[in-house]
Amino acid sequence: MSEAEVQVRKIPAPAVTIESKPFWDAAAEGRFLIKRCTDCGEPHWYPRGFCPFCFSENVAWEESPGEGVIYTYSVMYRSPTGPYAIGYVTLNEGPAVLTNFVDCDFSKLAIGQKVKVKFQETEGGPPAPVFTPV
Amino acid sequence: MSIKGKAYIAGAYEHPLRDAPNVSTAQLHAQCARGALADAGLSLDDVDGYFCAGDAPGFGAMSMIDYMGLRNIRHMDSTETGGSSYLIHVGHAAQAIAEGKCTVALITLAGRPRQGQGGRPNFGGGKPGTLSDGPPEAGFENIYGGSTHNTYGMCAMRHMYEYGTTSEQLAWIKVAASHHAQWNEHAFLKNVVTVEEVVNSRLIADPLHLLDCCVVTDGGGALIVVSPEIARSLNRPLVKVIGVGEAPKGPSGGRGLDLNHSGAVWSGPIAFAEAGVNPADMKYASIYDSFTITVLMQLEDLGFCRKGEGGKFVADGNLISGVGKLPFNTDGGGLCNNHPTNRGGITKVIEAVRQLRGEAHPKVQVPNCDLAIAHGTGGSLGTRHGAGTVILERE
Repeated sequence: MSEAEVQVRKIPAPAVTIESKPFWDAAAEGRFLIKRCTDCGEPHWYPRGFCPFCFSENVAWEESPGEGVIYTYSVMYRSPTGPYAIGYVTLNEGPAVLTNFVDCDFSKLAIGQKVKVKFQETEGGPPAPVFTPV
Repeated sequence: MSIKGKAYIAGAYEHPLRDAPNVSTAQLHAQCARGALADAGLSLDDVDGYFCAGDAPGFGAMSMIDYMGLRNIRHMDSTETGGSSYLIHVGHAAQAIAEGKCTVALITLAGRPRQGQGGRPNFGGGKPGTLSDGPPEAGFENIYGGSTHNTYGMCAMRHMYEYGTTSEQLAWIKVAASHHAQWNEHAFLKNVVTVEEVVNSRLIADPLHLLDCCVVTDGGGALIVVSPEIARSLNRPLVKVIGVGEAPKGPSGGRGLDLNHSGAVWSGPIAFAEAGVNPADMKYASIYDSFTITVLMQLEDLGFCRKGEGGKFVADGNLISGVGKLPFNTDGGGLCNNHPTNRGGITKVIEAVRQLRGEAHPKVQVPNCDLAIAHGTGGSLGTRHGAGTVILERE
């Protein structure tokens, strides 16, 4: 399939909750946030209004450079809009993030590869974090 | 056995809010859990049983268990009877405690009907410009095109990376299922396939091929579980439940993500311990086979072989009845026979019952089959799932 024939899978609008709204507001400004517990110090993903490790409600948003390595991935071929890659990134801060890999040759994706966040537009919602090899 | 005197209510908490515009329904569940645990003087990690009903956002109890960070759940229940659910949950929790299935059960209820969504917990799949009050993971996961195919594909990819598992080894699982399905007149796919045919079938979700995937079928099944007295009064072989185990697993806040293990690492040992038997004692195994990788991971997690050695274990026909050491899914399993409404758990029990009764097809019947395991995981091994293990014995 030539490049021109490849359709890019569109990302639907994410379901934004009152709890996750600050994340998506920051995403609209191109900033990638994670949540960290100010009691036990642990960062977590996906962001919650409390720490899922010590159950403290003292959690704070923190801007992350969004850098990490691919933990695993799978290129999906059963797709009407052409192949797309899903996978987990282990952020340098620790937590693993489910995401898509974009702007890359899927045949060269590899576990352990360094990646960085970027934001991709969604269908009418705030932009979503995706990752691309660096 | 009675629950009388076997269980106590140690914590109780009523949320102070009556109008909650600024917290999600999921958060309300967590805040109620925190309040009840504090009242009891217990911590999150003490909780090993979780009960919720239809007000809990997400997938049964799975989303809330993972959201709250409940790491030690060995008993879960999402019985839904409307407003009375929580009274029934107390009964079920007391029964579970009396049986030793859990020791600290958490029951939560929460919702926000005043916020204009009719109290529907799964409302709002991302309608632009509106706030959802649905499963808390949805916004961060559902948008990436995750399906069973590619989330199990992620598990297979990681397993290959860590342990050198090959597509050919995975293919042996489908080959074994197809050898069994050829004798099943109702099997959706009756053709025997080779390793080459599996690895040369088209890629669906890298590294899983078309023939690594289960069938999609209509249909169903049912089971009757009875007391010993009734069992003995019936003119049927005695198939006794001797051990059960269950456990959820999820990304757990993203710390130390490990897609090489399933909840079977907890549900299996609990069931084997209760039954007083070991994996090596099993004459037959029904193992959930949504994909070939599902079987391989669960065989390792249940202790049929060591972690990472599943590829070698399943190769060369070791799962074929009459050929290998562990006859599995002799009906053809989900890979070839049936996966009714994308839920394969009940057919796993049904074929184990056939084997223990000596009523499997003669070509696949295991001689003197007196001990069998039926095991499955639902949801996705790549995100969050629940594992259930049942050990059965022919009396």
